[in-house]
Amino acid sequence: MSKGPPDVRIGVVTFPGSLDDRDAARAVRIAGGEPVALWHGDSDLYQVDAVVLPGGFSYGDYLRCGAIARFAPVMEPLIDAARGGLPVLGICNGFQILCESHLLPGALIRNDHRKFVCRDQQLRVENTTTAWTSGYQADQEIVIPLKNGEGGYVADERTLDELEGDGRVVFRYLEDNPNGSYRDIAGITNARGNVVGLMPHPEHAVDTVTGPTTDGLAVFSSCLNAAVEGVRA
Amino acid sequence: MTIDTVKHAEATPDHEQPWAELGLKEDEYQRIRDILGRRPTSSELAMYSVMWSEHCSYKSSKVHLRRFGEVQESAGIGAERRAGARPDNSQETAAGKLLAGIGENAGVVDVGHGYAVTFKVESHNHPSYVEPYQGAATGVGGIVRDILAMGARPIAVMDPLRFGPLEAADTARVLPGVVAGIGGYGNCLGLPNIGGEVVFDASYAGNPLVNALCVGVMKHEDLHLAHASGIGNLVLLYGAKTGGDGIGGVSVLASETFDEEGPMKRPSVQVGDPFMEKLLIECTLEMFADGLVVGIQDLGGAGLSCATSELASAGEGGMHVVLDDVPLRDSTLSPEEILMSESQERMMAVVTPDDIDRVLEICRKWDVDATVVGEVNDSGRLTIEWRGEQVVDVPPRTVAHEGPVYERPYARPSWQDALQAAGPQELPRPSTGDEFRTTLLLLAGSPNLASKAWVTDQYDRYVLGNTVLAQPEDSGVVRIDEASGLGVAMATDANGRYTKLDPYAGAQLALAEAYRNVAMVGAQPLAVSDCLNFGSPEDPDVMWQFAEAVRGLADACRALETPVTGGNVSFYNQTGDKAILPTPVVGVLGVIEDVSRRTPSGFRTPGQAIYLLGETRDEFGGSEWAHVVHGHLGGRPPAVDLDAEKVLADLVVQASHEGMIGAAHDLSDGGLAQALVESCLRYGAGARIRIPEGVDPFVFLFSESQARAIVAVPESEEERFADICAARGLPYQRIGVVDDGGDGAPTLDVEGIFSVPLDELREAHERTLPARFEA
Repeated sequence: MSKGPPDVRIGVVTFPGSLDDRDAARAVRIAGGEPVALWHGDSDLYQVDAVVLPGGFSYGDYLRCGAIARFAPVMEPLIDAARGGLPVLGICNGFQILCESHLLPGALIRNDHRKFVCRDQQLRVENTTTAWTSGYQADQEIVIPLKNGEGGYVADERTLDELEGDGRVVFRYLEDNPNGSYRDIAGITNARGNVVGLMPHPEHAVDTVTGPTTDGLAVFSSCLNAAVEGVRA
Repeated sequence: MTIDTVKHAEATPDHEQPWAELGLKEDEYQRIRDILGRRPTSSELAMYSVMWSEHCSYKSSKVHLRRFGEVQESAGIGAERRAGARPDNSQETAAGKLLAGIGENAGVVDVGHGYAVTFKVESHNHPSYVEPYQGAATGVGGIVRDILAMGARPIAVMDPLRFGPLEAADTARVLPGVVAGIGGYGNCLGLPNIGGEVVFDASYAGNPLVNALCVGVMKHEDLHLAHASGIGNLVLLYGAKTGGDGIGGVSVLASETFDEEGPMKRPSVQVGDPFMEKLLIECTLEMFADGLVVGIQDLGGAGLSCATSELASAGEGGMHVVLDDVPLRDSTLSPEEILMSESQERMMAVVTPDDIDRVLEICRKWDVDATVVGEVNDSGRLTIEWRGEQVVDVPPRTVAHEGPVYERPYARPSWQDALQAAGPQELPRPSTGDEFRTTLLLLAGSPNLASKAWVTDQYDRYVLGNTVLAQPEDSGVVRIDEASGLGVAMATDANGRYTKLDPYAGAQLALAEAYRNVAMVGAQPLAVSDCLNFGSPEDPDVMWQFAEAVRGLADACRALETPVTGGNVSFYNQTGDKAILPTPVVGVLGVIEDVSRRTPSGFRTPGQAIYLLGETRDEFGGSEWAHVVHGHLGGRPPAVDLDAEKVLADLVVQASHEGMIGAAHDLSDGGLAQALVESCLRYGAGARIRIPEGVDPFVFLFSESQARAIVAVPESEEERFADICAARGLPYQRIGVVDDGGDGAPTLDVEGIFSVPLDELREAHERTLPARFEA
């Protein structure tokens, strides 16, 4: 596995109700980066080289998922930095927050079968030019855990066509679509390729003791490389 | 509006009180008067009535549960025990020492490397029938707070569940609600759900069993017991505000004191807020980490009544509480209702005055409301004031620990002999290859043996990133230390049919199966928590089942050196006068030194030899086959052989640790046939099985003889493996090989008898629950 330079610092934001923040930090560490804990109430990114918005149920997700977290103080500098090219990854609830923040188009709605689903999900990586997927081979098929209750990706037809046309569908569900996502979309990126959101959990597939595979590790190692290149550029 | 103050109670000794409506017996009410030397105030009556209830006081079970304490004394506390395949050069203390046992919120077991684990299983049966989603959800919340109150970080949950028949109309209401509630709460709280059971039986229709188990981990020095020590220390209530949920019976008091403006009817089932619970966990753990907590107690059943009286009676002094300071969700609540409210997601901590600012700051950081509601003093009394007047003045131990104790009459039921006499010997058995094949498919798809993925896929098993094994594995395994790979394994089991046939043996078989399941993954079983679900203790038949089950379990715990560290009794599980099958759910905790060496249950590598370990006898009493095929329950359950269980467990743990086996799966319901089905389907590898010469294929495939397992052994290890089996005197038979089917589709093939493609097997095994609940 590729180890990035140890001085790449990747922030992991903890919102009230974040659950997979420790796991995301562990994945960053295993990939060779330095995880930095960021706090939702702190409007400072402490000059990290990239940010992960982890999974969970921020604020209990009692309103629309991610709708409250999107207004957390930390999001202000984050949204600015993302527009400026900072690599940002949103996993599950993090993806929902990115959509609520309009850093990514579309929305995530309740699974079409109305139940929470947790399973090992097969995906195809369709865009390997983003900050978070450059370590994959084109059209590589991977298996990583998926677990969500509101993971159905929806957008209007024009947006979907645009995403497809621009190659911005990054991950696509293979075999059974687990949640009714339009066009089997599991993850997308912004036009610049620095912001990626996906419903499945790459941080749960970084070692074979606790995950079904190590297929998720390349997400984090890709970012280390992207961050280094970003510094060089 | 009158407040029934202590003064008022003294002045009106003849005032009629609704003690009977609150569930107290006349002599119990008289005892309260004797303790206090006057009649109780309505607030005191509320506290005593709920704390002296069966649920809180264990008044019917206490005399029997003492047996578990005796096991602790003989095998548990202070005794250092071996931890299986621990390397000889280990410098840590041996695991298995009990650091806290019965009497605390949950038992605490030393697992070595400075870590301790606490775990407990509890019932939430009745609320889950009334309101499946919230009943099950708050069951998870309650057990998690229990674990938190020991100073531990909760790391995993599991849920043993029992429902009426799969096809019963009401099961379609209860099961999906319960499962969604467990998932909805646990997933949002962020605890992996790593196992449990889903069992169907007609006796649970109208009285489902929803048990919830939580495991937590801590460093030894972080053990926190419920103490209110230190005069002048402050009593802090934090978490959710107190509302009118779950006050149930106490409304009779409210209507007495507040005739007009009193609160209206309220739901008796509480509503859970997992987000608040998550904040409560993080906030509490941060207080622990900074050493700011003198004593702590969760608020569950009986709410503030329980927390204040338990904290006060565990400390050395007394406690004074100002009820007006309790933050309320509903300002019309009476003092009795505030004391009884079972609003969820609340905790109570005792903190020194020096630390209180720091504690409040941590609460603010996590957006958790926190209020000082009282103070520890040297009065020896628990006093509670409301609007400037004393409404409670009691010796706290009399509320929390000195409730009534009953020696309920019990007797072997008149029908027991007839039940045991009506054995399965005469039931027609399959005899042709086709019949065996049909029986195997029928059993594999029967409700109790079918895949439970429809249920468990609704639970997050990955969160926290330490789950090593989860359902459908024999036990759940969670890593607790990343550096060393130290982990714990947990399994729960119970067989109500076995227990009905013979409660003493049935409880032992529940322990034996959970013990075996823990060993299968390569973990050394260490300790037990139980949830004893029975009918009415006022029925001598039921009381006999209970007494026998406790006696059996205690004896087996002693034999297997796995002390009961704590648990829960749930009585009155019945519909009308028809009790549920006696269901002692037994949870076994084990330790595994290096989780990367865990052994999964599924066959994966073609060419590995399949060995059957243990002795197979003609045992079908209470079996799944008799139940599914003939609707029959009678005879004796399979024989208990705890020595054999120990030999089997020790061997599998050793073989797993030394890398001799690629898979291990215990034999239980459905026998060898079902174990093969599950091991084949896990990773989609087939098997070729040869029935040994002169063996009855039916007994070989479907008997439920205990102390048995199948293992897959790589060719290179076969000789060594056979040697250690022989050396330990464990019967072993090479019965086949793992086979991926070559170019063809993988099959489960019993040579010369029948063959089933895995696709067909999978359809039978996995369609049952979705077909029922997705319709």
